[in-house]
Amino acid sequence: MAKRVLMKGNIAIGEGAIKANCKAYFGYPITPQNDLTAHMSKRMVELDRVFIQSESEIAAINMVFGAALTGARAMTSSSSPGISLKQEGISYMAGCELPGVILNVQRGGPGLGNISGAQGDYFQATRGGGHGDYRTLVLAPDSVQEMYDLVQEAFDLADKYRNPVVILIDGVLGQMMEPVDLEHDVKKYKLPPKDWILDGCKTREPRSIQSLYMKEGALEEHNWKLHEKYKKMKQDIKCETQHVDDAEIVLVAFGISARVCKSAMQLARKEGIKVGLIRPITLFPFPEEEILKATEHVKKFLVVEMNLGQMVEDVKLIINSKADVHFYGRPGGGLSSQEEIVNEISRIL
Amino acid sequence: MKKILFKTEALKDTVMSYCPGCGHGVIHRLVAETIDELGIREKTIGIAPVGCAVFAYDYWNFDVTEAAHGRPPAVATGIKRVLPDRVVFTYQGDGDLIAIGTAETIHAANRGENITVIFVNNCVYGMTGGQMAPTTLIGQKTTTTPFGRDEKIAGYPIRVCELLSSLGGVTYLERVAVTDAKNIIKAKRAIKKAFQVQLDKKGFSLVEVLSSCPTDWGLNPQEAIEYIEKNMIPYFPLGVVKDKS
Repeated sequence: MAKRVLMKGNIAIGEGAIKANCKAYFGYPITPQNDLTAHMSKRMVELDRVFIQSESEIAAINMVFGAALTGARAMTSSSSPGISLKQEGISYMAGCELPGVILNVQRGGPGLGNISGAQGDYFQATRGGGHGDYRTLVLAPDSVQEMYDLVQEAFDLADKYRNPVVILIDGVLGQMMEPVDLEHDVKKYKLPPKDWILDGCKTREPRSIQSLYMKEGALEEHNWKLHEKYKKMKQDIKCETQHVDDAEIVLVAFGISARVCKSAMQLARKEGIKVGLIRPITLFPFPEEEILKATEHVKKFLVVEMNLGQMVEDVKLIINSKADVHFYGRPGGGLSSQEEIVNEISRIL
Repeated sequence: MKKILFKTEALKDTVMSYCPGCGHGVIHRLVAETIDELGIREKTIGIAPVGCAVFAYDYWNFDVTEAAHGRPPAVATGIKRVLPDRVVFTYQGDGDLIAIGTAETIHAANRGENITVIFVNNCVYGMTGGQMAPTTLIGQKTTTTPFGRDEKIAGYPIRVCELLSSLGGVTYLERVAVTDAKNIIKAKRAIKKAFQVQLDKKGFSLVEVLSSCPTDWGLNPQEAIEYIEKNMIPYFPLGVVKDKS
């Protein structure tokens, strides 16, 4: 029988990471992700794994860098302002091609903002976030079960591509309690051997890990290689679709906004409005095919986000005037209600 | 005839990019000799800094990673915590260690991370072209202290060993200089001791090596050595600052 327990989102991330054999967790206090750090301080020590409360988010991501380069699975978590500080380390990890999992429990911004759930870090997560021409894989679950499942996949994807993976949730999902099936089947990936790690050159030639390429043309070559890798990530695009086939309007939303959109869709359908939903689960790479396919018969799209319009730019880029793209969003921790979304749908139609 | 000088296995047989009279070559060699003598080359992971010594991975014949500017102690922490039976050391300059990396340095030391830090203090940012470092002496001219370092504007040079000595996690601190044969032998002894502290699992060890930067000091190599003796050593006294091994 499935083992179901009631669990908070942040804790589900921690338990999923432990199940995925995360050997080291490094964290620094920031709301609303603190319960994960506290949980890991107990669980990782019980399991004789590594837990450190670091001196800063910068140190935490660099500890992930160190643990990852030995081949160990490592993660850190933070919330928006802390994720900004981690960007330096994420850029170095991308340059050095080191795997690792970074959880962002988004809060309102800019600056110190507030501690409500928000989705203002979409650009930062999907465009690389730090300096240089790189990308991270970005996963955006919308339920506690999916958080538990996707963090396990995140470690596999990080190892598969030798790349940092960002899990983008928000304060609401992090604090939400839902039942979780701890034995839920999770997709397993075929992983390449870790023949690049530094663990002492006992049975081989010495290796180095670096992101500095000073020889003429060397960095361009490295950037092209990374680019090819990012293109390959498209084979692992994840996306949920509901009722798109008969829809006259399709909602596009991720994370907690998608949860509200699902309720709005049901409410609208009760009123006879044929609403569909596309929920990108990988925000990078973005589910272009699914959205393009929908434009064959759907001519109106409504992108709903808890920000002032970020993912909508990606949707517009793909749809490229083949359909009308509308936007509804609230910034600074404002959470739209299903009624607000249905009203917006009615206004558009 | 007796052969008294050997190539070290832990150093690759290659030409270094350092300027004439720079201390890095000697210090690289001392680290390499230590690693060979302790028989730990195959279980050592070194961390190269951002600065002139970033190219250390081209010279050392063991596993070496780069780290972001100032972050080597955090990277070393990550490595050592998951591989406690390996030997992990950082090689850092003054800007890396006690300007941008101050927090990482102090907290790795305070946690008593069982790592070794080789801290090369030449009172200047070398790679970027000679700017003021946190250890630049009062009155010393750099590209960003053209009138000489004025403590009213730029504060005072930091004595790293003394600063770290009060921290509970710190086991061994010594300041040495690579100025002449006698001092180089002392430097070697200190570096070897610092690695031994780690092998004995006794906690954080750091050796501060006063070194020359003739290029950015605008001196010839001989004058640079004299500069260390006359100006640096009086402010940064040599010797063991802490030893609870």
